[in-house]
Amino acid sequence: MTIFNTALSKPWIWSWLAALATFVLTVLFTGGASTFSLGQATLTFAAFSVIVGLGQMLVITLGPGNVDLSVPATITLSGTLALKFMNTDASLILPGLLVAIGIGLGVGIANYGLIKLLRIPPIIATLSMSFLVQSLAIWSNRGLRIKPPDELSAFTTGMTLGIPNIAVVGLTLSVAIWWLLDRSIYGRWISAIGQSPFAARMAGIPVDGTRFLTYVICAVLAALCGYLLACFSGGAALNMGAEYLLMSIAVVVIGGSAVAGGNSNVPGIWGASLFMFLVVSMLNTYGFGAGIRLMLTGLIIIAVIIAASRRVSAR
Amino acid sequence: MTTPVVAVRGASVTFGAVRALSGVDLEISAGEAVGLVGHNGAGKSTIVNVINGGLTPHEGSVSYGGMASGMTGVSAARAGGVRCVFQELSLCSNLSIVENARLMHAGLTGFGWRKRALALIETKLSEVFPGNRVDCSATVGTLSIAERQMVEIALNFLDVSGPPKLVILDEPTSSLDSALAEQMLAHVRKFVSGGGSVLLISHILGEILSTSTRIVVMKDGGVVAARPVSEFTGKSLVEAMGSVVREKTRTGVRTVLDTSPTVIDIPATPRTGLGLKARKGEVIGLAGLGGHGQTAMLLALFRERSSNWLPHRPDEIAFVAGDRALNGTFPLWSILRNLSVGNLGALSKRFSVHAANEDAVGAEWKQKTAIRTPDMHLPILSLSGGNQQKVLFARALSTPARIVLMDDPMRGVDIGTKQDVYSIIRAEAEAGRTFIWYSTEMDEICLCDRVYVFRDGAIVAELSGDEVSEHNVLAASFSGEAA
Repeated sequence: MTIFNTALSKPWIWSWLAALATFVLTVLFTGGASTFSLGQATLTFAAFSVIVGLGQMLVITLGPGNVDLSVPATITLSGTLALKFMNTDASLILPGLLVAIGIGLGVGIANYGLIKLLRIPPIIATLSMSFLVQSLAIWSNRGLRIKPPDELSAFTTGMTLGIPNIAVVGLTLSVAIWWLLDRSIYGRWISAIGQSPFAARMAGIPVDGTRFLTYVICAVLAALCGYLLACFSGGAALNMGAEYLLMSIAVVVIGGSAVAGGNSNVPGIWGASLFMFLVVSMLNTYGFGAGIRLMLTGLIIIAVIIAASRRVSAR
Repeated sequence: MTTPVVAVRGASVTFGAVRALSGVDLEISAGEAVGLVGHNGAGKSTIVNVINGGLTPHEGSVSYGGMASGMTGVSAARAGGVRCVFQELSLCSNLSIVENARLMHAGLTGFGWRKRALALIETKLSEVFPGNRVDCSATVGTLSIAERQMVEIALNFLDVSGPPKLVILDEPTSSLDSALAEQMLAHVRKFVSGGGSVLLISHILGEILSTSTRIVVMKDGGVVAARPVSEFTGKSLVEAMGSVVREKTRTGVRTVLDTSPTVIDIPATPRTGLGLKARKGEVIGLAGLGGHGQTAMLLALFRERSSNWLPHRPDEIAFVAGDRALNGTFPLWSILRNLSVGNLGALSKRFSVHAANEDAVGAEWKQKTAIRTPDMHLPILSLSGGNQQKVLFARALSTPARIVLMDDPMRGVDIGTKQDVYSIIRAEAEAGRTFIWYSTEMDEICLCDRVYVFRDGAIVAELSGDEVSEHNVLAASFSGEAA
């Protein structure tokens, strides 16, 4: 009973319960015919949301007003430029990855530069940055669709021991971010800043340095997601990042992290990402039209957030 | 015998365990200018709030014009002709002067009220401050601080639906230069001779002595003296504000060697007054009335010595907040995390916080500062205010910081804990730490080795050794008449 209560007191439990319920409902409808393939598709697509969601989570932890809206543009630019750079040459896979990470670093630095130097609120700064980045992607793409190197394409769509490689990458990054958030000094710092930047400053925390690092990490994760997503889908497209704008924020909120900042968790990002994909597949399986599907998605998300909003303070 | 404009009888106000007013009687009659003086926490602001209706006394009564009207609170006060110029300016900066006048005077209604209001304000403003250049159609936000103060004063003297009977002026000259202040005081005297009454609060004793007809001295929530102005001099006024009964004896005064190294050295400038110097192992007090630049000085000292970009060197400086909710506690965190946040580096291995180390430090300081909790993992907000304050102390003292800044940190702390913390401060100072201690409590100021007195954002006096006494601090806090 106490284990049950402890579990219920975790803010991320609701996203996992919701994901599980949706999975069961879908499988029941199909009579268990496609359980395995549904599971694999879910893991793969959820992993992309997880990778961008982790970065967004760190930014949202910084407190009210902190959000990175340049995520979709960064995904697009990094996918486009990395594939163009590699030009299907397998020997350039690692340098291509470095190009993607470099783009993330650049966007992150520029984002915080706008926020700090021009004193623009993050929501405006990252939105205007996203227009610049997106334009850069359009300019460099010019309608070309370059395929990824075959090896990389095989890796991103392949599996290891029945688990999609993308999910393994997502899981590895999640463990790293979990360590950052829950165990490292940096994690304490962003949580403190999210609760009260003034108190954080007076406790000796380098507030600007910490925020800067957080925006950079978020942009790098988005760039990484763009690199993998472009390789997974066989080429970069100019709208490939679009759905990750709302997705990255939604998984943070549904995952039980505090919207007002200061209190975040990694498991919830996974629960919410799985749930978001499963809801859409469930409604597809049931054969609803697009309108009803969107409406039900909205209602279900609201229900989960209400259930999860029984807030419990961090230890 | 005329009926008083306002009569406060036996008013008591308590905030939790703090008794802000204890059975105060105050009557103000027409044609009287009452000067109200007293040190921090004497109850000046509380009595003002009782008179203007913002606070209902827990015991006792307030009546306006001798009538027990059915109304209570602010509306009763306004109906009784009470107006109040607040210390912290109360105009809405996004509205024009005329619109602010409408907020204050509900009588400004009907077609063309803006035009009428504008004319009224312009007349009144040039009556109070002849030759002023304030543009009365301007938005308040575009005015300078002195202009805002002038407008606020003029608006309160405005006669819209009935003339003001009692105008409360709470530090009205704090942002005016001497010429403007003199104009205002001249207007106050004229207003009073014309049958109006005024309650004037000021830390400039010259103003009080030159303008009032009667002076009320408050201390510790009670009135300790109320006599006609002719019976006071600057010196006797300062004496009346101090402890009449007990004279503070300074215990355990140490003399810090002049040879010990200087850790803080701020040169004197015309704006900030005398310089500030602190040696290793000294306890420096920052005294003066509340809000006269002491906190700003502490914040500037901290910012100067810590980086906003790179990890902080915890052996340099630490800060103990007094306004916990503003810049002290992290409300979502446990007691332990609130304590350890100041010195995470020392508790960590390879950038990750070591739980066992953290628990050990928590247990050590829980015992040292007697934090009353069964478990350091409970939320910080489960503690009483005084215990939260102990956590903030422990946060600063558990670091190896050479300099500890304290921003009036003893508010709401019980006497037993205070004694414990005083002895910890003593011991830590002996061991070589420097404390810069802003306090509004005279007892604490008297514990310091050296004291700087602040007035209007500048350091106006330095007291050391036996000069540190309530009398000297009070004399320096109130300017105008040398004591």
